[in-house]
Amino acid sequence: MSRMRMKTIVTLIVLTLGITINASSVMAGKSSLNLGMVLEPPHLDPTAGAAAAIDEVVYANIFEGLTRIDKTGAVKPALASSWTVSEDKKTYTFTLRKGVKFHDGASFEAGDVVFSLDRARAKDSVNAQKALFKPIESVTSKDPNTVVVTLSQPTGSFLFNMGWGDAVIVDEKSAGKNKSHPVGTGPFKFSKWVKGDRIVMARNEGYWGTAAKLKTATIKIIPDPAAAVSAMMAGDIDAFANFPAPESLSQFKSDPRFKVVIGSTEGETILSTNNERGPFKKLKVRQAIAHALDRKAIIDGAMFGYGTPIGTHFAPHHPAYVDLISTHPYDLDKAKKLLAEAGYPDGFKGVIKLPPPPYARRGGEIVASQLRKIGIELEIIPVEWAQWLDQVFKKRDYDLTIVSHTEPMDIGIYARKDYYFAYDSPEFQGLMQKLAATVKTDARYKILGDAQRLISKNCVNGFMFQLAKHGVWNKKVQGLWENSPVQANDLTQVYWAD
Amino acid sequence: MRIFLAKRVFTLVLTLLVATLVVFVVLEILPGDPAAVMLGINAEADTLNALREELGLNRPVLIRYIDWVSDLFTGDLGISYTYDVPVSELILSRITVSFPLALLAITLSTLIAIPLGIIAASNHNKPMDFLVMSFSQIGIAIPNFWFAMLLTILFSVTLRILPAGGFAGWDAGIGPVLKSLLLPTIALALPQSAILARVTRSALLEVLKEDFIRTARAKGVNNQGTLWKHALRNALIPVVTIMGLQFSFLLAGTIIIENVFYLPGIGRLIFQAISQRDLIVVKNLVILLAGAVIMINFVVDVLYAVIDPRLRGDKDV
Repeated sequence: MSRMRMKTIVTLIVLTLGITINASSVMAGKSSLNLGMVLEPPHLDPTAGAAAAIDEVVYANIFEGLTRIDKTGAVKPALASSWTVSEDKKTYTFTLRKGVKFHDGASFEAGDVVFSLDRARAKDSVNAQKALFKPIESVTSKDPNTVVVTLSQPTGSFLFNMGWGDAVIVDEKSAGKNKSHPVGTGPFKFSKWVKGDRIVMARNEGYWGTAAKLKTATIKIIPDPAAAVSAMMAGDIDAFANFPAPESLSQFKSDPRFKVVIGSTEGETILSTNNERGPFKKLKVRQAIAHALDRKAIIDGAMFGYGTPIGTHFAPHHPAYVDLISTHPYDLDKAKKLLAEAGYPDGFKGVIKLPPPPYARRGGEIVASQLRKIGIELEIIPVEWAQWLDQVFKKRDYDLTIVSHTEPMDIGIYARKDYYFAYDSPEFQGLMQKLAATVKTDARYKILGDAQRLISKNCVNGFMFQLAKHGVWNKKVQGLWENSPVQANDLTQVYWAD
Repeated sequence: MRIFLAKRVFTLVLTLLVATLVVFVVLEILPGDPAAVMLGINAEADTLNALREELGLNRPVLIRYIDWVSDLFTGDLGISYTYDVPVSELILSRITVSFPLALLAITLSTLIAIPLGIIAASNHNKPMDFLVMSFSQIGIAIPNFWFAMLLTILFSVTLRILPAGGFAGWDAGIGPVLKSLLLPTIALALPQSAILARVTRSALLEVLKEDFIRTARAKGVNNQGTLWKHALRNALIPVVTIMGLQFSFLLAGTIIIENVFYLPGIGRLIFQAISQRDLIVVKNLVILLAGAVIMINFVVDVLYAVIDPRLRGDKDV
C-alpha cells in the first residue's frame, strides 16, 4: 500500500471516530465549568497564607469581605451594603447586609466582622498581609448590623484594603477548619478537594445576592504547560484564566473553538537591585543599567511579546499611572558613559539570582546579555522560591534579581527601608505618609504620580514590564475576567452562551 | 530459610534507620524556612514567628528527630504544613494513584516483555529475533514523557476517546479509574518492557548454552520443552532483578509521567512538597519511598531463594 493511501485511511478512521465522540460531548449539560490552574493552593484559607492560588480559588466565589474589588479594580460593597466616613477620616461605620448566612447555616452578624478583623491583627495572627490591618485601632459592633472601625490615622486605601482576600469575613466556629474546608458567605459552596487533582465548588442556593449561573465549578490543577495545552485541546478544560505557556497562544488563536484574551495583571516585573551593595550603591550605575535595558527585546524574548513596558513601579492600566518609559530610553552609549563616570569604565562583575518563573529565568538570560554590552558581567544563579525568600528577600544576599510584584497598589514597599531593595529615601517615605493621610482621589493620584517619578528618577530598580494575563477559554464561556486587578478567578457571573 | 530471612530482616531494619537519619539531616541543612515560604514577601517578623511556633519549628533539633522516628512507628506522621491535613492521609490518597499505576505498568510490561524475550531467544539470529530486538531498541531510545505526549495527541486531542490527564478518583468507580490510568500505564510500560525483553532474551540465550540444556536435548526433549521446562526458570534470576529495580523506579520515578498526565500521585506530591518547603511531607515521603525500595529488594532477595534453592544458604538442600 502506498504511503499516501495509508495516510488517507488513517485520517478517515480518525475523523469518523472524532466526530462520533465530539457529537456526544457537545450534548453534555453546560451548567458546569472546568477551569485550569497551574499551581495548587496549599490550603484554602485566604487569611492564613500568601499563595496567590488560594485567592484564585476562593476570592469572591467562596469568601467575601466587607468590600470587594471588581474586575476594573474598583471598590464595591459586599457584605457591607454601605458605609459612612467621619469628618476626621478616622471612623468608618459599616452597615451590614441583612439575612446573610454562612454556608454551614450560621448567620452573619457584626460579631463575625469584629472576630475576623481582630483575628487578623492579633499578636499571634498568621495573616500574610498583616500590614493591611495596622491602621485599625478598634473594631466594635454597635448592633447586629452595624460595625464601627476606628483607625489610628486616616488611611486613604482602607476600603480597598478591606476588599483583599486576606480581609474576608469568617465565622468564629468554622474559622479553624477553613484551610481544608472553607466556609464563607459567597455564591459558591466548597464541595470537595481531591488533593493534587481538583477542587469542586457548587452553587450556594441560599446566596444573599445574585445567584451564580453555574451549578458547579471545578478547578483542575495542571502544572505542566504541555499537559495544559493537551487538556485544552482535548476539551477536558474549558478555560485557563492565565495560561502557563505564552508560546502556545498562537495555536489557540488559530483554533476557532477558543478565544485568547490578553489582559493585564498587577504584576510589575522588575530587575530588583540591592541598593546598598557595591557598585549598585551609585545612582550613575543604576542609571546606566536603566539605559542598557531593552524592554522590547525582553518582552519579545522572555514573554513571546506579551507584556507592557513600564518605567516605574505602577500598573499602566491604573488612572494614576505616569508613563516614564522615555525618561530612561535604551541608549548604550549613554549607559557606557554613565558607567565610566561612576568609576567603572571597564564595567564590573555581579551576580543575578533568578527564581523559577519563566519570566525570571528567561528574562534573566536576556538581561545578562544586555548588561554585558556595557561591561557588566553577571553570573546567573537559578534559585528555588524557598532559597530566593531566604537569601534574596530575607538576607539581602544578592546584587540583582528578577521578580514580578503581583500585589495590587504596592508602591508603598519603597517606603520600607528594611525591604530587600535597601532603598532608604526620607523623601519617598514622606510621600507615603502624606498619601496615607489623604483621602481625596485627585490629591491621592497626584501624590502617587510624584512617588512614581521619584523612584524612576532614583532608578531604584530596573523597571521592565507589566506581566500580562493570557486567558484562553472556550468561545462559549462568558463572564470571565480579562484583567486581574486582584488575584482572583471570579466565577460568579460566568455562564455558557448557546 | 529461616536464618536467611532473619538476616535479611535485620539488614532491612538497619537500612531503614540509617535512611531516617540521612533524610532528617539533609532536610535540616537544606536552606529555606517553611514559614517564610507559606507567608510570602509581605509577612511581618512576628507573624513568621507565630507560625513557626504553631508548626513546632522552634523546638530543638534532637527532640524533633526522636519525635519523628517514634511517630513513624505509630503511623501518626503529623500534619502537613501547607495542606493542614494529616500527612498519612495525604500520602495514602496519593498512593491510591501511584501504586495501581506502578502495578499496572509492571504487569503490562511483563506481559509484553517475557513472551517477546522468549520469542526472540527461541528464534535466535532469525528475522523474528531481529524484529523484536529492533522494537526493543526503539523502546529504550524513546523517552517515556515524549511517548506520553504522542499518546495524548492521538487518543485525547485527535480521537478524544480518553482524557488527556487527571484522575477520576476511586469513588467514580473502576471504569473511570482505569480510563484515567490507561495512557499513563502504556507510556510507562512500553519503554520498560523494551528493557525487560532484552534482558529476558539474553538471560535465556545464556542458559541455553549450558551443559544441562545439551543433556536435556540429548535425552530427547524437544526445543520447546527444554526452553519452557529447563531454561526459563534458570533465566529468571536476572529478569526478577531487573523487575525489582523497575518497580522501585516506577513507584518513585513517575514524577515526569504524573506531570504529563497531571495525575495526583506520589511523584508530584514530593515535587510540590519540596518546592513549598512542606518538610514534614517531604521527609515522610522520602522514608516511605526508601522503605518501599528496601522492601522490594527484600522481596527480590526472597524470590531469588525461591527460584534458586542454592541461594538460601541452607545445608539441607
